[in-house]
Amino acid sequence: MSALTEAQIDVSTPRRRTRSITLRIGAVLVGIIVILAIVSLFWVPFDPADTSGGRLEGPGSEHWLGTDKLGRDLATQIMIGARIALTVGLGAVAISAVLGIAIGLVAAFAVSWVDDTISAGLDILIAFPTLLLAMLIVAAQGASLGSAILSIGIAMSAIVARLTRVVAKRVLAQQYITAARTSGTSWWGIVWRHVLPNIWPTVSVSLALHFGLAVLAESSLSYLGLGAPPPNASWGRLLQEAQGTVLTAPVGALAPGIALVMLVLGVNFIADGLRDIADPTRRRSR
Amino acid sequence: MTSYVLRRLLFLLLSLAAAMVVLFFLLRLLPGNAANALLPLDATPEQIAAAEAALGTDRPLWQQFFEWAGQMARLDLGESFISQLPVLPEIAVRLQVTVPLTLMSFVIAALLSVGIGFVAGYRADRWYGTALSGFSQLGVAVPVFWVGILLVWVFALGLGWLPSGGFPRRDWAYPGAALTALILPVATIVIVMSASMSRYVRSATIDVLGSDFLRTSRALGATSGEAMLRHGLRNAAVPVIAILGIELATTFLGAVVVESVFTLPGLGTMLLTAIAQHDYPNIQGILFISTVFVLLVGCAADIIQRVVDPRLRTSLSGNR
Repeated sequence: MSALTEAQIDVSTPRRRTRSITLRIGAVLVGIIVILAIVSLFWVPFDPADTSGGRLEGPGSEHWLGTDKLGRDLATQIMIGARIALTVGLGAVAISAVLGIAIGLVAAFAVSWVDDTISAGLDILIAFPTLLLAMLIVAAQGASLGSAILSIGIAMSAIVARLTRVVAKRVLAQQYITAARTSGTSWWGIVWRHVLPNIWPTVSVSLALHFGLAVLAESSLSYLGLGAPPPNASWGRLLQEAQGTVLTAPVGALAPGIALVMLVLGVNFIADGLRDIADPTRRRSR
Repeated sequence: MTSYVLRRLLFLLLSLAAAMVVLFFLLRLLPGNAANALLPLDATPEQIAAAEAALGTDRPLWQQFFEWAGQMARLDLGESFISQLPVLPEIAVRLQVTVPLTLMSFVIAALLSVGIGFVAGYRADRWYGTALSGFSQLGVAVPVFWVGILLVWVFALGLGWLPSGGFPRRDWAYPGAALTALILPVATIVIVMSASMSRYVRSATIDVLGSDFLRTSRALGATSGEAMLRHGLRNAAVPVIAILGIELATTFLGAVVVESVFTLPGLGTMLLTAIAQHDYPNIQGILFISTVFVLLVGCAADIIQRVVDPRLRTSLSGNR
């Protein structure tokens, strides 16, 4: 970090400092999981299908976190699980961002009856909890990582769309939009140059929070056997497999859960930090 | 108010119709058709045609939809492909586990979260206020099934105080044993739900404490307790009621996951079995009943919210 930014932090208020600490803790927690996931692309301690280890071994020098009931290395599975969790989070957030922002913008720009129709449709979709919608889609499409990501992304896109619509309407009521319109800026130019930059601070915080929700939803689906099928080592499935052997091999039931909480908590901290940067007026009330 | 209730009920019917369209067509997009699930793999084309005629799946989709929608409206949910038993009585039996689990968890979590959230907001500057906020931050990052696994580990397998799963008899012939079986599942849901609900109570409390009307009331001579009772509660209740409505529906679905942790014979385990067996009448029946429940709760929450706060009556639902 450069000397200039250090100085800037020093002149800020004490409250602001604690906030930026939240952001840093979040970055560290998420960073650990991201590093695990990136390393797992090039190297893992054992082959994930290697069952040569003893069954339900405790942590040791060879198997750092021990083995599961088939003799597979737990550390390896958790590293691959990190990759799956990040894929799900990024994939679901990307789907909900593209769909949600597009639908929200259309509703914000459209004539009132189109806006009302879209909004009513969104309210119906939002009334469905994410997990029920995901189960419905998985029931129809069959369990796979792709359908888990798709279903969670679609379920969340309704919430993103409603938020985008509200924030975009507020931006569209500003005088600089009228000025842009009268000076002949195209519809697309207004969206790209004025609306998107102004709604992004609010929408990005919501997307960060949805990252955590997506990871949690996928782990529930995997736990229920409706997520990525084996050999994908999703943390939810690891926990489901370790549940029966929690007394003999407690690490197996603890480590994937701790990794999951680290990731979700870290992302939520980052979202909190981002919100304070985007909207300084909220800081006083927290 | 009457006109609001009528508009909201019309919206309820429209949402139900939309949900039924989604439910019907999504499950019809399946690879393979329903007749295949009934027949052995080596069935002849004639057998398949006969099964399709018997199920009515050889007719145009829109005809099938209206007939199906009519049956659903009369609560005729059909018969299971696998057991050939009618779906509705089976769902009713399963609800004897799921409804008590949901309601007990919801009531306890709601009461706890109002307490936790109020203290966390009212005393945000004290250490216990911060500690309570920390609990809710952690609680929303923890998957509900993992809390269940940890509770089973400590209280069932470790200490041996409570059963690790199962349910004595679904008709509650042994109420004591049934309640004991529900203690850990309820505790699991309560820990996670009270954490997420208390965040909303906390921010509603903070909003009200910083409000002009509370300061005015204090300036006019009311004690802080009087001002809170007369003006604070009513204003803080509005966003909390909206959240409670959503969270009751979430609790119901959280029960689906928790039933699977504790192998309770409720609606959730029935749904999972039905998905595994491609038992479409059961899947549809369960999702239909759950949807009706979720939409009814949302409608009730919207109406109660507008009884408390008449200013909202011009908007139909949610934040609009």
